Amino acid sequence: MSALLLAQDAAATVTTGEAIAFWILGPLALAGGLGMIFARNAVHSALFLVLTMLSLGVIYLVQQAPFLGFVQIIVYTGAIMMLFLFVLMLVGRDSSDSVVEVLRGQRLWAGVLGVGLAVLIVGAVARSLTDVRPVGLSGDEANGGRGNVANIGDKIFTDYLFPFELTSALLITAAIGAMVLGYVDRHQRGKKTQKETVEARFRGEHDRPSPLPGPGVFATSNSVATPALLPDGSVAPESLSRLIEATAAEKLDSEREAVAGALPGPDARALAPGKEDLP
Amino acid sequence: MTRAELLADDPLWLILIKAVALLALGALATMAMIILERKIVARMQHRPGPNRVGPNGWFQSLADAIKLPFKEQIIPDTADRKVYFLAPIMATIPAFLAFSVIPFGPEVSIFGERTVLQLVDLPVGVLVVLACSSMGVYGIVLAGWSSGSPYPLLGGLRSAAQVISYEIAMGLSIVAVILYAGSLSTGDIVAAQASGWYFYLLFPSFAIFFVSMIGETNRAPFDLPEAESELVGGFHTEYSSMKFALFFLAEYVNMVIVSAMATTLFLGGYMAPWPISLINDNYFNSGWWPLLWFFGKTWVFLFVFIWLRGTLPRMRYDQFMRLGWKVLVPANLVWIVLVVALRAFRSEGEISAGTILISGGIVLVVLIGLSFLLPDRAAPAEDENQVPVTGGGYPVPPLDLTIPSKTPAKPARTRRKREPAAVGSTSAKESKK
Repeated sequence: MSALLLAQDAAATVTTGEAIAFWILGPLALAGGLGMIFARNAVHSALFLVLTMLSLGVIYLVQQAPFLGFVQIIVYTGAIMMLFLFVLMLVGRDSSDSVVEVLRGQRLWAGVLGVGLAVLIVGAVARSLTDVRPVGLSGDEANGGRGNVANIGDKIFTDYLFPFELTSALLITAAIGAMVLGYVDRHQRGKKTQKETVEARFRGEHDRPSPLPGPGVFATSNSVATPALLPDGSVAPESLSRLIEATAAEKLDSEREAVAGALPGPDARALAPGKEDLP
Repeated sequence: MTRAELLADDPLWLILIKAVALLALGALATMAMIILERKIVARMQHRPGPNRVGPNGWFQSLADAIKLPFKEQIIPDTADRKVYFLAPIMATIPAFLAFSVIPFGPEVSIFGERTVLQLVDLPVGVLVVLACSSMGVYGIVLAGWSSGSPYPLLGGLRSAAQVISYEIAMGLSIVAVILYAGSLSTGDIVAAQASGWYFYLLFPSFAIFFVSMIGETNRAPFDLPEAESELVGGFHTEYSSMKFALFFLAEYVNMVIVSAMATTLFLGGYMAPWPISLINDNYFNSGWWPLLWFFGKTWVFLFVFIWLRGTLPRMRYDQFMRLGWKVLVPANLVWIVLVVALRAFRSEGEISAGTILISGGIVLVVLIGLSFLLPDRAAPAEDENQVPVTGGGYPVPPLDLTIPSKTPAKPARTRRKREPAAVGSTSAKESKK
């Protein structure tokens, strides 16, 4: 018994490496949390949160909980934050927070609940600092003798099987619910086959039966900003994308007129007919 | 002593040597891989490939590696500077980090110190590789976002969706290996394959792991995030110089990592292959010899990477996602249930392998019989006013095609008619008005 207590005391002392890791990772995690709140850009916010989660994951590793640490990194930083980033990028890179308050009085409630949560956490941490004995999780003999990972698996699939299954059922329900809500409308009629699409195009359900012409590919240029030319030498306006800024389809209007012969004729002293009218 | 204990009492200088060796290994493997890839693909396409620098062009990637960091660095105006700098670092560091848990060999002696050819043997080694690959995606996604132009953003989004989906398939294919080996540590998994390698014991897992490892590293035929014909360069379109070199490095190091992981999980890691393992009571499985087997197996995978790139066309994005979510993941889940059921039956002890096979066969026959009972899919009803799209193998215009009413432009000849010189007369100008 006394040997066990001694071992526990040994485990309770913080080694130098652990202290160094904590004093590096703790401030990093805190800075990440503050950065998440104060960053203007939503993607920067998400990145600060990633920093916090990574620091927490490494702290778990230092605390001899390798499974928890790596699952934290895989699940939280790898999957969940990646989904956040995904959505943020779809929304657009320059979208910043809207300052209009939708919920009335939410600041008050947020303050009250925040203080309450802080009190709860401080209470729990204070109790753990005084009452709870560290059991020592390192080594193969820890935690009942088969190593950390095997014990976690054992506990999850025996003692805590029901809560575990309930949680996964909840998650699956949520995922399927989101899919049902998001996709039913769009896919109710099913996807058109290629043949049906072709027929619809020729019936006139689309703007034109063929796809838009591609950009011009010439010996001098193969840029997407180069317009394609029609057989008579005039510019095919549909070949210019209006989405790509560099193209400036409107800039070519005058050139198109010149090719079409719609410009006024040359001046008496002009060397090249109509050239000086071009931009 | 177990591997973990051997590694735990490594002196600091040995850990440093190993870390530096792993760093060098990543860089060297990248350079070797680039020149080999160019040479092999060139041979597959009947052209010489790089043949200028050094003997037969074998120093080409050395020259490129020296040249690339010294090129001019161009940062787009619209880039988000901080994230733009961060992205290549986020892509490269996790790639190298994953090397630390790969077991390259058994117990050896380095300068009189007994140790194992591995940097660290964590009890969750396999998860380290998964965590590193999931962190590496951040580099790609952030590169796409921070460049501030549409093609990289599309590449970044594709990459995020791709790596997340294929990481699920990859993680599930490791589950069967973990069940058989009874451990998450890479060293233990190799040791557990002493009686039989998992690539034939757990073939479905191996096949799924192989497909998803190609998807995970963004390589052809799954290289959608950097599809040249669709997205210019994908996520690294706006990158140049050293930052681009870092992305290059990360991609190839990731390939080496997944190949090494496939070797470790399914091909017996550093263990000698079968006919050699019989020689002299498995002498070639001790000392420094296993390093040779390990790299041999890894390079087989890397060659297959190149081979696939030279052979297969790129998949379409929706086909690719369908393959991941509707084929690989469900097949994997069914396979895991089968493995678990088999192991549960075996541990019962009363049921023999023959019984399992016979009952499995009966179930299979019943399923096949039931599938015959299913009604065939009804042919779609013929539409009355269906427009014939093709006939006799040639496209014909539809019967109800209306000619566009837009008047055609005047022919160029008549428009560009040369006008008589207007000296002394106003008739030309008059006629224009």
